[in-house]
Amino acid sequence: MTRKAVIAAFGAALAIFAGLSFYRSRHLREPVVPGPSVSRVAHLGDYFGPIKGTVNDVNVYVLEGKEPGGTILLLGGTHPEEPAGRLAAWIFAENAKIAKGRIFVILTANRSASTVTRLGGAYPPDFTIPTAWGGQKFRMGDRWSNPLDQWPDPEVYLHYPTRQELAYVDIRNLNRAFPGRPNGTLTEKTCYAITELVRREKVDIAIDFHEAELQYPVISTIVAHQKGADLAAAASMFISSVEGFAIGVENSPKALRGLSHREIGDATDAISLLLEAPEPFLDATRGRTDRKLLLTGKDDFVVRAGKRGLLFEKIDEKGWPIDIRVGRHTSTVLQILEIWSGDNPAKAVVLSGVPRYTDIVRDGVGAYLKDPKTIDPAKLFYE
Amino acid sequence: MNTIVTILYYLLTAYVAVLLVANFLKNKKWQDEVLYIIVLIPFVLRLLRLK
Repeated sequence: MTRKAVIAAFGAALAIFAGLSFYRSRHLREPVVPGPSVSRVAHLGDYFGPIKGTVNDVNVYVLEGKEPGGTILLLGGTHPEEPAGRLAAWIFAENAKIAKGRIFVILTANRSASTVTRLGGAYPPDFTIPTAWGGQKFRMGDRWSNPLDQWPDPEVYLHYPTRQELAYVDIRNLNRAFPGRPNGTLTEKTCYAITELVRREKVDIAIDFHEAELQYPVISTIVAHQKGADLAAAASMFISSVEGFAIGVENSPKALRGLSHREIGDATDAISLLLEAPEPFLDATRGRTDRKLLLTGKDDFVVRAGKRGLLFEKIDEKGWPIDIRVGRHTSTVLQILEIWSGDNPAKAVVLSGVPRYTDIVRDGVGAYLKDPKTIDPAKLFYE
Repeated sequence: MNTIVTILYYLLTAYVAVLLVANFLKNKKWQDEVLYIIVLIPFVLRLLRLK
């Protein structure tokens, strides 16, 4: 009996250790210091009641200029396992000074997916961006909503409303469930709420930040709905000539449903664009899946795959550091806004304070994250 | 429908957890006892909605 008690105590200790680790990871609070132009922080539930109070009733940071102009939506965290997207959105929310127009920023579009890591993927639970004030910790996250929040998956996932058959697991993928369904799953309701935000706020351009594995053909590119093809092409040309990196343009396929670049553009008046940066961490041929790989993008196995011609993006021993990936996103948005504002003066969005690619590569992402200890705790927000 | 399936799933999880505890209590070999306890952990974490 004593032996059984000892073994049971050993099991209980293991369960408590593991349980605490999962609980802390799921409930890690990420502070956000609202930037100088944040006029209010709304919630996604304000645009669609049934989302209110759920894990995906996320913050919507509203940045407004003194002069009226156009309206932009920036979506970070559609896939939280692609952290450059969240960090780029973070930099806009904490730094942008808007002179004209409005920017709505969502840092964690699928918060549920940010509370779990890929099952069997051996992902780290979190990562830390070094800063002058010590560093800021972020949840790692996954591509799909947490099964604790939405389960079971169906045998076959039929996209709403087109009824296109998609991979069963993608019923928990925010970027396969647009434009959303008001009486659907949590993921579909979240998409519906975002689409409602775009409609009600009369968003002119919705930009969804992503990262992709180097073995995926849609990479280092702007995926553009046909309404935004010219804008994306012009941005690509300017970026490639003045920003210090190259980015392509892909047309949003009309036959592939559920993606933000297709569905937001079809369902609303907004131009929908999706930005992809390279993330070797996601490649199937990667080696150890740890925080270092996530932040440096250095991996010998992925480099070897590149030497065998198996990749759609270049990689060498320097990898794809997080600073480069985030900088690509901020510069791409800034170029898009500059071109848009030049072509549409009445709907211009003019801003300053957001670092470009060269700034972030030089200073690091951490230089543009604000120290939460420097402001009144009552004014902080948490993701 | 999803809610019903989810409830059934948690009932099944609880049932398997009870079977594992029962086997742990009945067993005489310490190696098997350790095995039952380790296998039990993910079931407990799921019932507590921690993983």
